[in-house]
Amino acid sequence: MQLYDMPDARGHFGQFGGTFVAETLVEALEELRVMYEKYRHDPEFLAEFAYDLKHFVGRPSPIYHAKRLSDKVGGAQIYLKREDLNHTGAHKINNTIGQALLAKRMGKPRVIAETGAGQHGVATATIAARLGLECVVYMGSEDVKRQAPNVFRMKLLGATVVPVESGSKTLKDALNEAMRDWVTNVHNTFYIIGTVAGPHPYPMMVRDFQAVIGVEAKVQMMEMANRQPDAVVACVGGGSNAMGIFYPYIDVPNVRLIGVEAAGHGIETGMHAAPLTANSPVGVLHGNRTYLMQDADGQIIETHSVSAGLDYPGVGPEHAWLKDIKRAEYVAITDDEAMAAFHNLCRTEGIIPALESSHALAYAEKLAKTMRKDQIVLVNLSGRGDKDINTVAKLANITL
Amino acid sequence: MSRIQSTFTTLKQQGKTALIPYITAGDPHPKHTVNLMHTMVKNGADMIELGVPFSDPMADGPVIQRASERALVHKVGLTAVLNMVKEFRQTDQKTPIILMGYANPIEAIGATVFADRAKAADVDGVITVDYPPEECGDFVKELQARDIDPVFLLSPTTEPKRVDLIVSQASGFVYYVSLKGVTGAANLNIEEVSQRVASIREQTKLPVGVGFGIRDAATAMATAAIADAVVVGSRMVQTIEASNDDNLLHNVATLMTELKTAVDAAKK
Repeated sequence: MQLYDMPDARGHFGQFGGTFVAETLVEALEELRVMYEKYRHDPEFLAEFAYDLKHFVGRPSPIYHAKRLSDKVGGAQIYLKREDLNHTGAHKINNTIGQALLAKRMGKPRVIAETGAGQHGVATATIAARLGLECVVYMGSEDVKRQAPNVFRMKLLGATVVPVESGSKTLKDALNEAMRDWVTNVHNTFYIIGTVAGPHPYPMMVRDFQAVIGVEAKVQMMEMANRQPDAVVACVGGGSNAMGIFYPYIDVPNVRLIGVEAAGHGIETGMHAAPLTANSPVGVLHGNRTYLMQDADGQIIETHSVSAGLDYPGVGPEHAWLKDIKRAEYVAITDDEAMAAFHNLCRTEGIIPALESSHALAYAEKLAKTMRKDQIVLVNLSGRGDKDINTVAKLANITL
Repeated sequence: MSRIQSTFTTLKQQGKTALIPYITAGDPHPKHTVNLMHTMVKNGADMIELGVPFSDPMADGPVIQRASERALVHKVGLTAVLNMVKEFRQTDQKTPIILMGYANPIEAIGATVFADRAKAADVDGVITVDYPPEECGDFVKELQARDIDPVFLLSPTTEPKRVDLIVSQASGFVYYVSLKGVTGAANLNIEEVSQRVASIREQTKLPVGVGFGIRDAATAMATAAIADAVVVGSRMVQTIEASNDDNLLHNVATLMTELKTAVDAAKK
């Protein structure tokens, strides 16, 4: 079997990926590409990254056998990769440390980031504080409202949070605004993208920094169950936590890789954020070619999901590729299904999951039911749900 | 010879610099666009850059973003823009029209269909902000097969080696973005621009247009002295934004006259 070796030198995953940016950004991306190539295999860089992951983030994150949940569901054994236990409460910190260490080596004193749910913004603000870098986070004004606790955390960490009022006022618009900042301040600024999207080398670089999730999981599954899982399930917005856990499994046969998109009110309503499941056409946005929710004129359409972190009209180009080559499968879970899984994990296992991760949990429950008791489903529990308590309270008519 | 090339040739013989105003199609309302185009030509536009509205205009500053949003309220997309060009061409077969926009509306219909339709509408040039030459080889071939000029941007950070690559794909002219940043950003440094334009000229015989940061008669005149074309974008759009239905054409005509006078007065 030929080993998986993507992307190509210019960041293409088949027809997907690439570097679709204005000329003003080309040199900055080239500088980044060269520097990342220089450091990605550099022992000193990797040692510093590993040190921070261990001592600052608290890695390795454990794998937990959710026995009560598995029994309740009545099928395959459900295991959880506990990224929710990382410092700052989600997988996002893995990548921000990697990029911030690169920023430091490139001599850039200022970092910027876009954020949806606020987890990537918090993770960027955190590492910026730790390394003494100036930090500006762009966040759609709609998201600022629904993720107030994370906005406050970023401010506590010394970051400037800029609410973005353009377009749909969500993640994609925050990304546009961060790009504009970068074009203007490229001499002193490093743009820390939070997902496996954007122009090359971001999709590859973010995947590489997140791959620690899957690398650990492969070892831990052997320790815990003496075998690899039958299926790995992760939620997909841009898709960084999914790529992180999928990537080390791509060459492992007989492990199904399943990405769970946000079906919002239902794929058939059009109010969703599931370009892969809905068979959206191929297009170009935010520097890469991928499947993209758009109208007949090629305008990007507004997405809907109860979870801000999945509310994105595109998807990382490597997921588009994995779908096309049929190495990964993509499904979607509605707001209601995700909410039910959220409450289920709270009550059954004593873990409050992020609404994003609840999409993966909901599908894992569906899947486990169809499997034998001796089979294993590994869910990437990408983040904890503390940030979502206001959203959940509102939906469940609970007064805080 | 394309319409763009012949316009530059004629202006060069007259010792003049081209004035290229930019407006976003459909801004402030689709009913005004063709009239605005004719008004700009009547008052000194040698070519027109017509923006194709896009939902996510990443390279544009707030002024042109708002223009896109105003146009999108009326659902002005690529098809509507091409219809506007067709309508314009009913009475003006002379003035080159350059579409400026983003890749996705083109991707949505495909490069071949786009090129066919652009040709049918009699478009002369296309600037696609997020199609760098490495990613759009096929697109460039489709355009050039129909005598439509692919126009590329050069930025202050573009290395000489890349300038070679870009000019090898470009035709019509190249467009030097005189600032780092988005459209409508701060002031331009004319000395720096002058040096860059001179070095670009060493690498290509294509005319060099300069845009981004040209906001008044003084900057237009200074730029006209060193460039083959002066592109004015955000300032045009600001004037449109500040006008109402009654004074829109008048205000745009006044601005164009002011810019044209300045460009023509430049010492080459």
